[in-house]
Amino acid sequence: MTNLMIPPGLLLVLAAFLLPLLPSLYRKFLLIAAPIASLILILLIPDDYSLKLPFLEYELLIIKLTPFGKLFAVIFSIMALVGNIYALNQAKLTELVSAMIYAGSGISVVLAGDLITLFIFWEIMAIASTMILWANNTSGSRKAGIRYLLVHLFGGVILMIGIISYYSETGKILFESMVGREATVSYWFILAGFLINAGAPPLSAWIADAYPEASPSGSVFLSAFTTKTAVYVLLIAFAGTKLLIFIGLYMVFYGIIYALLENDMRRILAYSIINQVGFMVTGIGIGTDLALNGVAAHAFAHIIYKALLIMSAGSVLYRTGYRKCTDLGGLFQTMPVTAVCGIIGALSISAFPLTSGFISKSMISSAAAYEHLSVIWYLLLAATAGVFLHAGIKFPWFVFFQKDSGLRPAEAPLNMRLSMYIFSFLCIGLGIYPDPLYSLLPALKTSYVPYDAAHVVTQIQLLLFSGLAFFILLPMMKRTLTISLDFDWFYRRLLPGLVNLLEPLYYIGTATIKRSIKTLYKKLQLEPDSRIKQLGYWSLSVEGMVWISLLIFGIALLTIFTYSTY
Amino acid sequence: MQSHFLVLLVAIPLIAAPVCVLIKSRALVWALVSVVSGICFLLSVKLLILVSTSETALTYAIGFWDAPVGIQYRLDMVAAIVAFIVSLIAFIVALYSRVSLKDEIKAEKIPLFYSAYLLCLTGLLGITVTGDAFNLFVFMEISSLASYALISMGKNRAALISSFRYLIMGTIGATFLLIGIGLMYAHTGTLNMTDLAQRLPALLGKQSVQVSLAFIVIGLAIKSALFPVHIWLPGAYTHAPISVSAFLAGTATKVSIYALIRFLFTVFDQTYAVSKAHLGPAFIILAVVAMLFGSILALKQDNLKRMLAYSSIAQIGYLFLGIGLFSVSGLSATITHIFNHAIIKTTLFLVLGCMIYKLGHAQLSQLNGIGKRMPWTTAAFVIAGLSLIGVPLTAGFTSKWALVSATLEQEYLILTALIMFTSLLAIVYIWRVVEAAYFKEHETKTTTVKEAPLALLIPLWMLVILNIYFGIDTTINIEFARQAADSLFGS
Repeated sequence: MTNLMIPPGLLLVLAAFLLPLLPSLYRKFLLIAAPIASLILILLIPDDYSLKLPFLEYELLIIKLTPFGKLFAVIFSIMALVGNIYALNQAKLTELVSAMIYAGSGISVVLAGDLITLFIFWEIMAIASTMILWANNTSGSRKAGIRYLLVHLFGGVILMIGIISYYSETGKILFESMVGREATVSYWFILAGFLINAGAPPLSAWIADAYPEASPSGSVFLSAFTTKTAVYVLLIAFAGTKLLIFIGLYMVFYGIIYALLENDMRRILAYSIINQVGFMVTGIGIGTDLALNGVAAHAFAHIIYKALLIMSAGSVLYRTGYRKCTDLGGLFQTMPVTAVCGIIGALSISAFPLTSGFISKSMISSAAAYEHLSVIWYLLLAATAGVFLHAGIKFPWFVFFQKDSGLRPAEAPLNMRLSMYIFSFLCIGLGIYPDPLYSLLPALKTSYVPYDAAHVVTQIQLLLFSGLAFFILLPMMKRTLTISLDFDWFYRRLLPGLVNLLEPLYYIGTATIKRSIKTLYKKLQLEPDSRIKQLGYWSLSVEGMVWISLLIFGIALLTIFTYSTY
Repeated sequence: MQSHFLVLLVAIPLIAAPVCVLIKSRALVWALVSVVSGICFLLSVKLLILVSTSETALTYAIGFWDAPVGIQYRLDMVAAIVAFIVSLIAFIVALYSRVSLKDEIKAEKIPLFYSAYLLCLTGLLGITVTGDAFNLFVFMEISSLASYALISMGKNRAALISSFRYLIMGTIGATFLLIGIGLMYAHTGTLNMTDLAQRLPALLGKQSVQVSLAFIVIGLAIKSALFPVHIWLPGAYTHAPISVSAFLAGTATKVSIYALIRFLFTVFDQTYAVSKAHLGPAFIILAVVAMLFGSILALKQDNLKRMLAYSSIAQIGYLFLGIGLFSVSGLSATITHIFNHAIIKTTLFLVLGCMIYKLGHAQLSQLNGIGKRMPWTTAAFVIAGLSLIGVPLTAGFTSKWALVSATLEQEYLILTALIMFTSLLAIVYIWRVVEAAYFKEHETKTTTVKEAPLALLIPLWMLVILNIYFGIDTTINIEFARQAADSLFGS
């Protein structure tokens, strides 16, 4: 068993390649069975298990189980399972195949024991997730897809440079903590490569740019894996890096502010991913045992409630075809299940007591408090209120209540409801009885009790008052048809704009050059035979080529004579 | 028997070439060529195994005339790798050519075509196995003359002109090479490479020996289409029959670069050739310009064959970059990339062959929606494209990894950045095709198009699978390449 085990991530990838070959019924079976099998495999991996493979000039450690890695792998396969259930009725085959590859490589990243394995699956994730976007096949998803791909491959390039320099500095490729290597090149490249996938500034915009363009089920998959693998790798390699606290806090407030300004319900949720990942990055920056465990627990809980929220938004989109808050409202009457599940997700993300968000997020803020980082603690507290405003109230209020938009869509289909039930159950179940999650957490040296009186009371007060604030400020919260500018404006608008501006200049310039070259050719009688059009503009006549080669040869001779030092 | 494998590798296609002309039946001549190139492939596999297990290079004295007097064939690791890839590509393209040539060449010319094809293969393999400088020139002429003929068989009028232009440039290159070899011979009195390597170091102070190096480098740079002397390449690849473009793109320029490596590292004292004569920086500068120039021009092309041709110019830049770094890892990156790029570029050209066979053209602007009509063909393009970009688990990734490692080793961060930048440009020009194939609404003209026949798809997919296989099993393209570079530097 131990030596012949298939890596769980690879199992999903292989299953993905089987999908297109199967008839539809078996395909559905495989979509359910493969993630379950992978979950079982993950739970069966013995703690000291390692799987080695030679590749390039290195010995790869395909599987090296870290306690955090196991936690992430478990939630990833649960996510793949429930996401597949959600996708059963409407997703295209391309999307399902890509999603399985995506989930499988996500699992492989968190189980990877060395940087090269990590990098390989990192890149496959980028491609598979782009395929999910493209599978939606709208002009929006196509364009967002290529921007998304370029951002991620750029990140991959940075990471690759980091990894190669790491190898040449240390002679090792093991994926370990990088703390204490601040003076090296590799440290900064690897950190930057990881942070790009986490949605850190200045390249945060890709999340809100891409995720809402996928199909309803596609964005469920997308929301789960990329940023969370980034959180995992930061957690392992950069725990306790103070810089991350500031980056994290920036992301927290960035997410809140843009989400409050946003009108598109799925973009609201996308911004709130940045905000939530910000919490995690801050926790990694704090770096104590409690904080790190909090980060892992929060990532676990976050995947569940965020997926639940996006599923709820996706069901609305699927039934109505609308995604802007201004078009929606009053859907509670005809989509009660979707609404209730959405509200459960919203309460969880706001860390309401008795939900999964509460038991995980409080760990991070407690960690800040225990370290006497009071400013950070206050900021995190304020941010919790902000989350409640944008995701906790704003999303359900504008979509399901508010005015009556006149839409009377049917309730979400059975499989979508089923997957929302599962995640709602997990949200509340973990909120009431967090022990299973806590038991997965490694090295929780100090036992942690989330439900002490002071904590619960603070949280409820905070949420109630921010709820009050929302309704008092409701006129200001009402969304109009606006778009908010972000950093991506630079590469989406400014750059093409500059290109458009410069294009006439470019043409005038090249035309001048072409004309003068042509005149030169004429004078030197080097013009190619103009009767043959296919030859292309820049081509020379045969005599021209001879002259050029002789010229170059002359230059080479001169150089050799001048510089030869033998 | 095993001792004769070296000479058989060259002799079999050489003898089979004239036989082709005598056969009238098209099917029969194709079968003969496939079998011959298949045998060459098997021989090269066997030779690669032999070389990798033996300590020294394999040698063979032609007609039992021993080394300094007679012509010696000599196969070391780098030669074995190049011979392997050349015969592999030749075999697969030969399988592919039967159907794809139908539309491109008149029936009566097909035996002549195959004869030239085998001669070209003879020349290319000869360059890799020979240990004699003049013999190398002879084989280079054999392969070049055959390739001029092959290119001129293209369908439109421009093929003839392109072939003529290649002929002029190629002849200049060959002449330079010959002058260089002649000068060396005049000073040393020997043509055997091992012998030359022993005698040249004492003579490097002489200006005429230095000039001979200049002649050889320029001559081979023309042959391998390094940036300012690449001018023959786009036309030749664009207008040649697709099987020829695929075959030459994968092999001809690579073999020329192999010859260059041979002269720089085996014949000349490498410290002199690359660093003292300042060829290193010169190669790096030209390589960088080639990478940028090729990638940027590839972005603008509508004719996909021309796009791939410009992409080849950029890729040749990578090869020269590796040589110019003048380090073991740089050279081994070049050898890795010679191997990988041969596979990648041939795959891409064969994809275009399928499109041309079905559509009659490979113009990007008229390929909209082809992904649905020809799913296997376009899928092959996507995989080979990913390999060209250098995505993990494809062959291209190993090249990118090796090159970046080599540049980082010497802390040329700017070069690293440039490699990465051009690989991002590759994403853009591959993406243009993907976008047209999958996302644009198909036009009425292409609605009736069906998938290419299996006779084309099977060889194509053999290469596609190799693209992935060599991305996972890196014994040949990394390990052997590293050994080859080690021994080139050690000698």
